[in-house]
Amino acid sequence: MKNTFLSLARTPLLVVILALLGGCATSHKAYDYTAFREARPASILVLPPVNESPDIKATHSMLAHATAPLAESGYYVFPVTLVDETFKHNGLTAPADIHEVAPAKLREIFGADAALYINVKQYGTSYKVIASETRVTAEARLVDLRTGNQLWHGAATASSAEGDNNSGGLAGMLIKAVVRQIIETIAEQGHVIAGQTSSRLLSAGMPNGILHGPRSPQYQKDGQALR
Amino acid sequence: MESKNIRHGLLLACACSVLFSGCAQQRQPLYHWGNFQSVQYSHFKGDKGPEEGIIALEKVREEARANGRNVPPGLQAHLGMLYGLTGRTDLFEQNLLAEKQSFPESSVYLDFLLKKNQKQEVAR
Repeated sequence: MKNTFLSLARTPLLVVILALLGGCATSHKAYDYTAFREARPASILVLPPVNESPDIKATHSMLAHATAPLAESGYYVFPVTLVDETFKHNGLTAPADIHEVAPAKLREIFGADAALYINVKQYGTSYKVIASETRVTAEARLVDLRTGNQLWHGAATASSAEGDNNSGGLAGMLIKAVVRQIIETIAEQGHVIAGQTSSRLLSAGMPNGILHGPRSPQYQKDGQALR
Repeated sequence: MESKNIRHGLLLACACSVLFSGCAQQRQPLYHWGNFQSVQYSHFKGDKGPEEGIIALEKVREEARANGRNVPPGLQAHLGMLYGLTGRTDLFEQNLLAEKQSFPESSVYLDFLLKKNQKQEVAR
């Protein structure tokens, strides 16, 4: 009798363990990394992001956040401030124009293996009666500058409202929304959220994310556990 | 029976922690970043002069050196550019060469910048 009880008591634990395992290996539609794996880029030139949001800060905010996740993923990332200056010296100030420069030309000047094209879709705080939120959404494409082939593309979003619990009744929520919008604008909440978006978008090891680069100990080990 | 139960519990706890650590894969960052990213952002916004950036980045480099860590890609190049803005072309060159040495992937671009700098020097 006692033994049966014990084995029953352990069953939930087994379920928990299985759930944990499941959490690790969540099945995603497998991304086709064939071109990426073959190209093996070591260095990435991050072009100034095209901003499709009304906030003019978006381009530089995302650009300032792009280096860390890519570098920590094992790539050499060209100094974004100097790159920006170089484009300006050559009469290219609009990111959309920079995105039109031929891959071969970029390769010639910078010697980069790949270029990253970022589009900022949403950037900023919106006041929505019930909850004001700061959201930053961006898309990115990694293009091989030696061949012009696209190696990877992805999208990510982050919001200040994540994990927000709506307590305090309707009046409480309304006050919170107004107060938060003021605080968020002053403290450049957009730039903080852009950092989260960037790290989700550009860190290796994320589902369907970029692969690790040569400077990472994880290089060429991506997805090995699943095979 | 009681001790057996405890042993089972311990085993399960171990298994769980192994599983957890397998998920998280916490590694030390490859680079010592300090406040490099906010220095870059300030430069873009133009709300801080090059001198402030130079002081901040020299401090980050010093911290990295003291802890035997590497500075991230672009830090020495950005520092060099800031020196260039204050007229210290010798330190511009020195820091770009340091970036090139740390990251040979940058050679083509930095040689292009160094050559341009030398041309400007000759023209002066």
